[in-house]
Amino acid sequence: MDTSSVTAEGSACISERQNFILTTGKSKSSIHCADDSLAGSVSQRACVFCGARVVLNPVTDAAHLVHGPIGCATYTWDIRGSLSSGSEMYRNSFSTDMKERDVVFGGEKKLATCIDEIVGKYHPPAIFVYSTCVSGMIGDDIIAVCKAASERHATDVIPVESSGFLSGNKVVGYRAAAIALMQLIKPREGETVEKTRKLNFLGEYNLGGEKWVVERYLREIGIEINVAFTGDSTVAALKQAPGACLNLVQCTGSMHWVAMSLEQEFGTSYLDVNFFGAANTAESLRKIAQFYGDPEMIRRTETLIEREQARIQPVLQKYRKKLAGKRAAIYVGGAFKAVAIIRQLKELGMEIVLTGTQTGKKEEYDNLSTLLDPGTIIIDDANPAELEKFLLEKNVDVMAGGVKERVLAYKLGIGFVDHNHDRKDGLAGFDGAVRFAREVYVTTCTPVWNQLKAAGRRV
Amino acid sequence: METVATQKVKQVNENQCQQCMPLGGVVVFKGVENAMVLVHGSQGCSTYMRLTNVEHYNEPVDIASSALNEKQAIYGGEANLHKALDNVIRVYAPKVIGVLTTCLTETMGEDLERLVATYRQNRGITAVDIIPVATPSYSGTQTEGFWAASRQLVAYYAQPTERHQGINVIIPHISPADIREIKRILGLFGLEYTMLPDYSMTLDRPYGGRYQKIPPGGTKTEDIARMSGARATIQFGVTCPDNLSPGLLLEQEYGVPLHNLPLPIGLQNMDRLVETLEKLSGRSLPDILERERGWLLDGMADSHKFNADGRPIVYGEPELVYAFSSICVENGAVPVVIASGTKSSRLTGLLATFLADADERPVILEETDFAAIDEAGFKAEANIAIGHSGGKFLTERRGIPVIRVGFPIHDRTGGQRVLSAGYTGTLAFLDRFTNALLETKYESYRELRKEEMGIREGA
Repeated sequence: MDTSSVTAEGSACISERQNFILTTGKSKSSIHCADDSLAGSVSQRACVFCGARVVLNPVTDAAHLVHGPIGCATYTWDIRGSLSSGSEMYRNSFSTDMKERDVVFGGEKKLATCIDEIVGKYHPPAIFVYSTCVSGMIGDDIIAVCKAASERHATDVIPVESSGFLSGNKVVGYRAAAIALMQLIKPREGETVEKTRKLNFLGEYNLGGEKWVVERYLREIGIEINVAFTGDSTVAALKQAPGACLNLVQCTGSMHWVAMSLEQEFGTSYLDVNFFGAANTAESLRKIAQFYGDPEMIRRTETLIEREQARIQPVLQKYRKKLAGKRAAIYVGGAFKAVAIIRQLKELGMEIVLTGTQTGKKEEYDNLSTLLDPGTIIIDDANPAELEKFLLEKNVDVMAGGVKERVLAYKLGIGFVDHNHDRKDGLAGFDGAVRFAREVYVTTCTPVWNQLKAAGRRV
Repeated sequence: METVATQKVKQVNENQCQQCMPLGGVVVFKGVENAMVLVHGSQGCSTYMRLTNVEHYNEPVDIASSALNEKQAIYGGEANLHKALDNVIRVYAPKVIGVLTTCLTETMGEDLERLVATYRQNRGITAVDIIPVATPSYSGTQTEGFWAASRQLVAYYAQPTERHQGINVIIPHISPADIREIKRILGLFGLEYTMLPDYSMTLDRPYGGRYQKIPPGGTKTEDIARMSGARATIQFGVTCPDNLSPGLLLEQEYGVPLHNLPLPIGLQNMDRLVETLEKLSGRSLPDILERERGWLLDGMADSHKFNADGRPIVYGEPELVYAFSSICVENGAVPVVIASGTKSSRLTGLLATFLADADERPVILEETDFAAIDEAGFKAEANIAIGHSGGKFLTERRGIPVIRVGFPIHDRTGGQRVLSAGYTGTLAFLDRFTNALLETKYESYRELRKEEMGIREGA
C-alpha cells in the first residue's frame, strides 16, 4: 500500500506526540497518558463539563441546569441514549443562557431566578447546577446560590464544579459528578438508611436498556438492584444507595472513586464487573453469586449461564465464521470499554491491530498491553491524522469507536462499530453480545465496501 | 402583529433552539480553500463543534484547539495559542488559519489581534494568513458567528482592485446541495462569480478512499481579494445585521453595489434572484429554468388543497426561517408559529410585510427556546414543523412531523444533501412538506371521521 502521501502535506504525527504512541513488544518506555492534550493537535477529548454531564444526566427525574452561555447546554442536550422507565425530565436541557451583562455583572442572580423558574414549573426532586468556563472564570459562587436555593425550596439543588478549563480530560469531570452524587445521597443528620440484600450498580447508564438486561439476570438468580449510578435512576432511589450490601462497578473511569467513597462512608464493599460480551457476563454473574455465597443462588447462576450460552453460542459461531481473521482497530473513550471490546472481538476470531483511548490511565494501558498480540499499536488521545495513518498501514477491516471516528473510517472504506454513549442499541449481556457480533458482521462484511474498493483510492 | 417575548419573560432557557457563535465561524472557514480552523479556548469547545459538524455533514471535520487549562485561564493563553498555531501549521500546512475565540478567552480578555501579531513576528510567518474572529457566545449565536467570519474574511483580504466583470455571491449557512444548485443557476446565466464561503466540496465530498486533512475546494483567497472590484454583490442576507454584513462592507468601502436578497427558496424569492441575474447578465431566463419554474407552478397547483391543511411551525436561523415562511405563505399554509433562537433586528419587520393578508396572525418568537415554541405551537394547533433536529420533541411529545432543513440534522442521514434552493429545490421541499401532511392524513382520517360521527363497531 502506498502510505507516502500520508505524510506528504505535513507530517501525520507531531514529534511531541510520539510518547503517546506505543507498539506492543517493541517499546520499552510506558505510554504518556496523563498529560494534557497538546495545543493545536486535533484531540478527540472533550472537557470537564462534558464528563460531569454524561455521568449525571441519566438521573431521570432531576433537572439539569447549565450555568453558562448557551453552547454548553446545546451540545449536551439529551446527549446519551440512556432510557428511563419513568420520568423524562432528564432529557430536557436547561441553561441560564448567560449574556454579556451577566458576564460583566455576574450571573448569580440570574442563576437563582432560573432555579426558581424550574422549581415553579416542574418541582423536580433535585436540580444539578453545572458550572462552565465562564461562570467559573467570573467567580460566580454557585455553591452559595445552590445552598440558598435548596433552603428556599426545600429541595436538593446540587452544584457540580465542572468549569471546562479545569482540564481537557473528561475524567476530571467524572470526579466532579461523583462529588455531586455523594452530596446528593448523604443522609441528613440523624437519618440512616437501613442495609438490605440489594446491590448498587455503578457506572451503568442504561444505554439501550442495558441496566434492565442485567437486572433481569440478577432477578433470576435472586438479587435485586437497589439503584444504578446513574442509568434509569431517580433522586429518591439514589438516596437509598447506602442501603446496598454491595456495589458493582462497571465503567471504572467514572465510578471507582464513588465506590471507594461509598465503602468509606457506609462500609459497602465493591466488585468490578463487566457485562459486555458473553464471557465477561458469565464471569461477572459468577463473581456476584460468589459474593452472596448462597449455594442455591450459585446453582441458579450456572443454570442461567448454561441456558443463555447454549442459546447464543451457535449464533455467535455463525458470525465467527464470517469474521475470523479480519483486522480490527479500537479507539474509544476509556480503557474499560477498550478491554471489553478487545475480548469480544477476539472471541469472534478477529485480530486487534490498533487500540487507543481518550482518557486511559497508565495501569490501564499496561493491562491493555497484556491482552494484545505483539506488534499492536497502542495510542493515547489520538488525532485523526494519526488514526488514518495506522488504519491504512495496518490494513484495518473494521474499527470500533465514537461518532467522530465513524466518518473517518467510512472515508477510508472501513467498517465501523458504534460504541459511544449515544448508541440506541444495548450491547450488554448475552443478547447484547449477539447484537454486537451482528453489528461487527454487517459493517465488516457489507457489500458496500466491494463497490468502494472497486472505485479505488484516489484523492 | 403578535410578537411574544423578544424580551424573554422567563430567564431560563429550556431546550435550545440555537448553537454557539464560533460554530458558525467554523463552517465559514471550512469553505475557504486550504484553510484550517483553530478554536482558542477549552478543549471541549472544539470537540463539541467537531461532533455537531460531523453528525450533520458526515465528513471528518478537523477543528484544532488551543486546549487551555486552569493555569492558562488565569495567566493567559498566549503560549498555548502559539504552540497550537505551530502544530496546526506543521500538521495541516494550511494557507489560512481562522482563529475563533470562545466564551472563555473572551472572558479572560485575550487580545487575539495582538497575540496573532506577536506570533507572526516571533516566528517570521508570512506564508500563512492568520485571521482572528471574535465569537463570544454570550453575545451571539451561530448565525452571527457565520456572518462575522465571512465579514472578517472580506475585511482581511479585500483591497482596492481594478473593476472586473465578476459578481460576488455571499451566502448564509445553507446545505452543500443548495450551494451547488445556486452555482448551477449562476452558471446558466453565464456569470463569472466568487461565492463566499463555498463548502460545497469540502463538507460534502465524493468518495475517494482517503481522509484529507484539508479537503480540496473552497473559495480561493485571491478571489476574496478581488471581491472589492466586482460589478455587484448578491448577498442572501435580508436578516443580516448591518454591522456583520460582508456585502455592506464591500459597498461602503469599495462601492460594490449590494443586492441584498432573500435566499432563493420559494417561488417568489427565486424570482427575485432571477430578476437580479437577468439584469446583471443581460440574459433572459434560460429555457431550462423556465421549465423548472413551470414544473414548480404545476406542483403548487397539484398540492395546494393539501397544503391548506398545514399549520406549520417554522424555526431556526433567521435567514432560513424567512425563506421557509415565504414558501409556506405562497402555498396557502400560513405558519402559526415562526421562531428563532437568534435575536434578529430584521426578521419580525420583514415577516410583517408578507403576512399582512394572512387570515390568522402567527406568533413570532425571537431569541427563544423549544419550550416556548412547543407551547405556542400547541396553543395554535400546529400540525407540521420545518426546521433542524432540535425540534424532535415536537414529534415525540406532540406527534408533529418535522420536515428537516437547516443545521444541525443529526437524527436523519443526508443533512448535507437537503435541497431547497432554486425552483427545483423549492419543489423538492414542497413535495416533502405536502407528503408529510398526506401521511398524517391517510393515517388518521378514517378514525377521525368515525370519532366525529360517534361511530362505534357494531353500532
